Amino acid sequence: MLAKRLIPCLDVRDGRVVKGVQFVNLLDAGDPVERAAFYDREGADELVFLDITASAERRRAIVDVVRRTAEVVFIPFTVGGGIDSVDFMRELLVSGADKVSINTAALENPSIISEGARYFGSQCIVVAVDARRVTALPGESPCWEVYSHGGRFPTGKDAVEWCREVERRGAGEILLTSMDADGTLDGYDNELLSAVAGGVSIPVIASGGAGRLEHLVEALTKGKAHAVLVASILHYGTYTVAEVKEYLARQGLPVRPVSSYQF
Amino acid sequence: MKPSVVIVDSGSANLRSIYRAVEKTGFRVQVSASSAVISRAAGIIFPGVGAFEQAMELLRQRGLAGSLKEAVLEGRPFLGICLGLQLLFSESEERGSREGQDAPQPGGLSILRGRVKRFPPGLPVPHVGWNRVFLKRPHPLFDGLPEGSYFYFTHSYYIQPLDEGVVLTVTEYGRPFASSVARGNLLGVQFHPEKSGPAGLRLLANFIRIVDSQAEVFSELREGE
Repeated sequence: MLAKRLIPCLDVRDGRVVKGVQFVNLLDAGDPVERAAFYDREGADELVFLDITASAERRRAIVDVVRRTAEVVFIPFTVGGGIDSVDFMRELLVSGADKVSINTAALENPSIISEGARYFGSQCIVVAVDARRVTALPGESPCWEVYSHGGRFPTGKDAVEWCREVERRGAGEILLTSMDADGTLDGYDNELLSAVAGGVSIPVIASGGAGRLEHLVEALTKGKAHAVLVASILHYGTYTVAEVKEYLARQGLPVRPVSSYQF
Repeated sequence: MKPSVVIVDSGSANLRSIYRAVEKTGFRVQVSASSAVISRAAGIIFPGVGAFEQAMELLRQRGLAGSLKEAVLEGRPFLGICLGLQLLFSESEERGSREGQDAPQPGGLSILRGRVKRFPPGLPVPHVGWNRVFLKRPHPLFDGLPEGSYFYFTHSYYIQPLDEGVVLTVTEYGRPFASSVARGNLLGVQFHPEKSGPAGLRLLANFIRIVDSQAEVFSELREGE
């Protein structure tokens, strides 16, 4: 049976990790490569780097992180943030990233999804979707609007419709962030998750809102998500990967146990 | 001299990961697209991601199809990974669309008989993530790995060998499918050992040990030629 995935997300700016505390046995918790290797050893199933660098040096800095990560990390990792061309995708994939995540570029030019899928295969193409709940009148079913540019601009697109479209265009996975839930630590928007997961047949990764272990279970059951993206609960040392996985397993969810040996 | 293991440069973007993973196991490897180098290799790792037809086309352009077949026929240890496993078969359902039924289905290397099929509707496709691998018989490729170990998969098509006897492991996704094959020294895995953490590194090290143990036999054979 396919395991539910636990995916730490590292926000990177100018080649440094933005969130997190100093961990024991880590010389430099701000080094994305060291942090990535740490989560690999801890038993994370995958990793996501979200590059939030604004400077012109962005591309060079993230490619360097990807190159160095590929030397020491032996689980899949995805890179997202500001990827706006097939050429940039290729550079990241050739440097060692397993997948690229596109967001605003896909909204501005949806054909970039199909081009990426054709060149590199759907398995490499993750489309990230930031969605905010639209106030529904009594009796109306809930709906969500897609935002671009890191949640700054509303696009007028319905989240479920947009996710169906990105699937048709060849996306391999959807990384779905609830802007309402993000940062609250109150739990994922499970209604949004299940609306999208029910509307597409590609895997959906839940993002935004995890504060407690129950939230992860809810996203994976009620929300029908295939994977959960987590940040704060791991970065601030609230739980270890092993503790999270043991909890999920106790709730009857299939997880890949933390390996009993290191290579 | 240490036997040489070659990773076939099949044009896929994940060569670097496989190279690093094998290096991590402590063995030296070389990446090459040269049929001369492949013909001399004691062991061959044949990776692949992307589309079946383009990958076959690239092998033909680079003149590699012949040397790969030759290596398998000579019985040199050979490990196909993901699309590299699928390409060992005769034909694939993978194509742009379902129309054009008169067009022949893309042909593979035809080293193993059988087909490559798309997962049926109703399941999330691609099959992506960590799934368990169950052995049908013991094999040195899985030495030291607990039964039901998790490996990382990402694929939309799966193999259906005509000869059930070549199936080494099965994995459950909707229904059981063949997740690896073994016929003599010809091995192939549908999952990505280079992305499967400690279990994957162990499997790659096991493959290199198989190469090591066989290399002597082959060097003797070559001297006798």
